Amino acid sequence: MATVSVAANEQYNYDIVRKFAIMTLVWGAVGMLVGVYIASELAFPFLNFDIPYITFGRLRPVHTGAVIFGFGGCALFATTYYIVQRTCRARLLSDTLANITFWGWQLIIALAALGDVLGYSQGREYAEMGWPVDLLIAVVWVIYAINFIGTVMKRKEAHIYVANWFFLAFILAVALLHIFNNLAVPYSLTESYSLFSGAQDAMVQWWYGHNAVGFYLTAAFLGMMYYFVPKQAGRPIYSYRLSIVHFWALIFLYMWAGTHHLHWTAIPDWTSTLAATFSIMLLLPSWGGMINGIMTLSGAWDKLRTDPVMRFLIVSLSFYGMSTFEGPMMSLKDVNALSHYTDWTVGHVHSGALGWVAMISFGSLYHMIPKLWNTQMHSNKLINVHFWLATIGILLYITSMWISGIMQGLMWRAFDDFGNLQYSFVESVAAMHPYYVMRALGGLFFLGGMLVMCYNIFKTIQQGNTAPSNAAVAAA
Amino acid sequence: MKHDNIERNLGLMLVLVMIAISIGGLVEIVPLFFIKDTVETVKTADGKDMVRPYSPLEQRGRDIYIREGCYLCHSQMIRPFRDEALRYGHYSLAAESKYDHPFQWGSKRTGPDLARVGGKYSNDWHTQHLNAPRSMVPESVMPNYPWLLKTALDTTDIADRMTALRTAGVPYSKGEAEYQQNVKTFGEDVAKTLRIEDAEANLRAQAASGNYDTVAGDITEMDALVAYLQVLGTMVDFSKFDDDYFVKFR
Repeated sequence: MATVSVAANEQYNYDIVRKFAIMTLVWGAVGMLVGVYIASELAFPFLNFDIPYITFGRLRPVHTGAVIFGFGGCALFATTYYIVQRTCRARLLSDTLANITFWGWQLIIALAALGDVLGYSQGREYAEMGWPVDLLIAVVWVIYAINFIGTVMKRKEAHIYVANWFFLAFILAVALLHIFNNLAVPYSLTESYSLFSGAQDAMVQWWYGHNAVGFYLTAAFLGMMYYFVPKQAGRPIYSYRLSIVHFWALIFLYMWAGTHHLHWTAIPDWTSTLAATFSIMLLLPSWGGMINGIMTLSGAWDKLRTDPVMRFLIVSLSFYGMSTFEGPMMSLKDVNALSHYTDWTVGHVHSGALGWVAMISFGSLYHMIPKLWNTQMHSNKLINVHFWLATIGILLYITSMWISGIMQGLMWRAFDDFGNLQYSFVESVAAMHPYYVMRALGGLFFLGGMLVMCYNIFKTIQQGNTAPSNAAVAAA
Repeated sequence: MKHDNIERNLGLMLVLVMIAISIGGLVEIVPLFFIKDTVETVKTADGKDMVRPYSPLEQRGRDIYIREGCYLCHSQMIRPFRDEALRYGHYSLAAESKYDHPFQWGSKRTGPDLARVGGKYSNDWHTQHLNAPRSMVPESVMPNYPWLLKTALDTTDIADRMTALRTAGVPYSKGEAEYQQNVKTFGEDVAKTLRIEDAEANLRAQAASGNYDTVAGDITEMDALVAYLQVLGTMVDFSKFDDDYFVKFR
């Protein structure tokens, strides 16, 4: 009991950050393991074992749910709760609400995964969870918003720090997207039909799908970047002006771009053209963020050689820059005609998800965890091992998907001398086999790195303690 | 205006963020619910709609298609390219998925597009292929679905399902007035299949006469799924339209 009262008097609530940080690792390992498994199923279909619950179609949403909402979500809860308290110099509005978001979110991920394997799917990509889980998400999200905004209101700094701008936009946008995309008419306690149909439903779904990437996986992780990169580098953000311009441009432009997922489909052409135009414009604010992050290191470039955590952060920004160049390029209608429906899209997603989202999270966790447990990382060497395993894994993954994606696209549209299709569809499937094996191998490397991190952090936590003494004097 | 003011004022920042993130969706999505040309008019010579809601058995097949996550590897959206026309057929119309709650256009072709798979293969072929894909196509990477043939189709809640779809806007009929309206829109034969009152009987009748899983007797999940696959892309008779008729809707 004594420790509880001490903890409650602590300047900041780090307990909630610790809990979410640990679950980030757990869901990361689980989600990536499932990812490697389903990648292997595509290379070796016997792995489906005639068991309904582990077929590719049911496990794929388990993978996306566990990595996006489990790993990414917990990383965001952990870092937003950490950053908002330190940059506002205020304790969280409510410890109880914070705990509700923790247990609620874990329940959501578990129920979503359970629903997926049992076949309770809404049939919407990245939003497969049934309507009861959707309601639970909405409730937890509102509580999170109240807690976060309430903490900002309590701030002892006159200005709201730039990281928190991104978090505020992320929280509002995700609420908006989640609610409209999941409007449905239930017919049982677990299942429902989408309120929208056909073309309109497609527009709503990809408005959601694209902006889940834009706000959940980009804006929010940029917020993370705006705190941890300057902290780890020990330097201020490169350009304050750039952060203002790219913040507003990014959140405004992203919402127009979703329709590029529907090029050449049965939607009105003008929506498609508009989306492509805004996607090209989106390159500028995206690179604004990358430049602001990377240039923060100017004058301290030697840290890239000596500090493996810095390496994670900077390489993540490099992948961010690369995939935000690739994205606008793929949104050009002519490029999209080739790339759409192929593995190229899958590779693009993973260069963003592994290269940017996961790498920036790893860097942030390696920075944050020693501070949360008042200790040093157990092994810097293992951080370095993790870095290389992850980097090799990503490179294997995206190069194999580039090759297989472009090959698929070209085989599908190849004609022989008589103007007939040169290849049957299944010939393109057979040609993918070596690349599917290579992709699974890349995933295995990445998962290996993740497990090294889990071990390293487990040892770190073992040697650390959660006494509040150090934390109380630490300031933003 | 100084950005400093926004950084100091949380309320102002929240309002401005909300405005910034709302405009894109308002301009691109909301009009599609009101612009009539978004979904093509596709009628027969005597003025009946060619695209109809799914029959009860087909709708149950569609539910199974969604349950198994087929959309994660198969698209249902043919693009207006020469190679896709040769491989799959006429490009997909918005009208062809207007009763699809949710849409199943998909985003990935690990397997081929299925928008016009209806009628291309026999019921026998589909049953064997779903049961053990590599027995028909050795290079396939599709999972086996042996439980579809072994699992009896749950037909008890079909009326609940159709009622929910009716709430979402699909013209399944309740009562005489709605039935008569459907007779006008789709013709009598189709209108009969849309009556929620007769849902379970209609489902059983179609399964019995179609015998989709090629095994007489029990209605299995295979019956429903094959019935759904066999109707995909078959509703619009493209021979009745000029080549450029559909272009004006794009």
